[in-house]
Amino acid sequence: MISRESIFNAVLLLALLAAPYIALQMDEPFYVSLATRVAILALAGVGLNIALGFGGMVSFGHAAFFGVGGYVAGILSQHAFNYEPLVTWPFTIEGTNQMLVIWPVALVVCALLALAIGSIALRTSGVYFIMITLAFAQMIYYFAISWPAYGGEDGLSIYVRDTFPGVNTMNPMSFFLICYAVLIVCLVLSMLIRDSRFGAALQVARQNEVRLASTGIAPFRIRLVAFVISAAITGLAGALYADLNRFVSPSSLSWHMSGEIMVFVILGGVGRLFGPVAGAALFIVFEFYLGGVTEHWQLFLGLVLLCVVLFARGGLIGLIAGRARHG
Amino acid sequence: MADAVLRIDGLNKQFGALKATDNVSLDVRDGEIHALIGPNGAGKSTLIQQISGLLRPDSGTIRFLGRDLAPLSVAERAQCGLGRTFQVSSIAPEFSALRNVMLAVQAVDGSSFRFFRPVMKDRRLIDAARAVLEEVGLSDRADIIAAELSHGERRQLEMAMALALRPKLLLLDEPMAGMGPEGSKQLTSFLDAMRHKVPILLIEHDMEAVFSLADRISVLVYGNVIATGAVDDIRNNAQVREAYLGEED
Repeated sequence: MISRESIFNAVLLLALLAAPYIALQMDEPFYVSLATRVAILALAGVGLNIALGFGGMVSFGHAAFFGVGGYVAGILSQHAFNYEPLVTWPFTIEGTNQMLVIWPVALVVCALLALAIGSIALRTSGVYFIMITLAFAQMIYYFAISWPAYGGEDGLSIYVRDTFPGVNTMNPMSFFLICYAVLIVCLVLSMLIRDSRFGAALQVARQNEVRLASTGIAPFRIRLVAFVISAAITGLAGALYADLNRFVSPSSLSWHMSGEIMVFVILGGVGRLFGPVAGAALFIVFEFYLGGVTEHWQLFLGLVLLCVVLFARGGLIGLIAGRARHG
Repeated sequence: MADAVLRIDGLNKQFGALKATDNVSLDVRDGEIHALIGPNGAGKSTLIQQISGLLRPDSGTIRFLGRDLAPLSVAERAQCGLGRTFQVSSIAPEFSALRNVMLAVQAVDGSSFRFFRPVMKDRRLIDAARAVLEEVGLSDRADIIAAELSHGERRQLEMAMALALRPKLLLLDEPMAGMGPEGSKQLTSFLDAMRHKVPILLIEHDMEAVFSLADRISVLVYGNVIATGAVDDIRNNAQVREAYLGEED
């Protein structure tokens, strides 16, 4: 039996894949980069959705991972571009412009960062958790602003987009396909996690923490691991985003970014597998079309968000496919 | 006594000026149902919270299977074999009854840090969970979302989750509450059969159930155990009648 949600998800994925091809046919290459943005921001949302949607951890600091992922890409490729090693002592670490090296580094750096932030923030819950994640993200934001070595406030340019074996990444369509493929892989990963034993424990940590503990599973460890996975995926999105814009700046670390990622998840449907994809697509469509009509488009976005929170808790996917079903 | 599964010694817990647990000592032996009764506010729930680890006692020890529980978290105590139900049923409301029990099965069946295999294709988890649901008489409601179960069914589900842990001691916090006469009767005979599988510390208001089930009864008044003994001793204890039973009748 194929549920309405599966059909919607398939349509969504195909539409996102078709959009840039249609754009090229219509000779509107700008839309290709717009579709790429949707794919990357959706990926950031897929990351957050694991913490927020599955685990109920309202992280208001995921920009930290998004931005740090971006800076990993920026810093590594700047060093590669200038032929100067990152570190010369005790051993030499060279920069790189290989995405296949940059991604694992971004994943690991963000995972370690999340391990540190999570082990402190997850000792609290509710509003305190929101505030602590926000505080950590803002600390990193101000650090990036005040660190002149990598552009400080002005940000850091990536002069030539990082490379991927066998693909001309400067071709917008090729780069889109890379981002799209990464998104698909992470969606599958997120689905596997949701349906696994770990996912079951994580979702019960959200629904009823005391029950989980009384069943012999320590909620803290489950949440921490989920937070780390969530951050790593969002960091990977950040690395791709830096390559898309060939630029990374402290604004990708700011709380606005954290808020935007959260908006993707909420618009699309918290805890729904494809919620972030639907949400990011909706967000970009809003930004592009309403932003063309009025510069106050975020006012309207706010109204839509308000309606979603008040009347459609399941977000766009909830409206279309009905309530979430758990086997 | 060697055969005490749970042994509480000199336990104290104070909230401000209120002594919720006042020098409590009691034990639960293998194969018995030990009922803990007492008027509202006597500190029964506070005591059970301390046993399960949700509250830390100010002083005194709790030993379970000879092991001091003090350094162990709620989850670790559950892993040791301490199964419990709550005064207000505690379940995962968005999951089906089956998935609720599967969580408990998964907790004893190795690690929860498995990320890739869908639980709904894990025959071992499903079969074990179905068997437990069958045992508590909830198998025809296995696929219903827990939030949509009736009050009595949620109690059964919680019992199933506790049993799925293959516990070495059950802590039951007012399992009969809100059950209705028919449900209480069923649960009573269910627990009666359980005692040979697992010892039970039973907190209960339903005196009929307590008197028919308990091997021993402890009476808690103002945080203090005023009497412990066999059913008839307690029934005839003047102090108990005055403090508690008299008020009820």
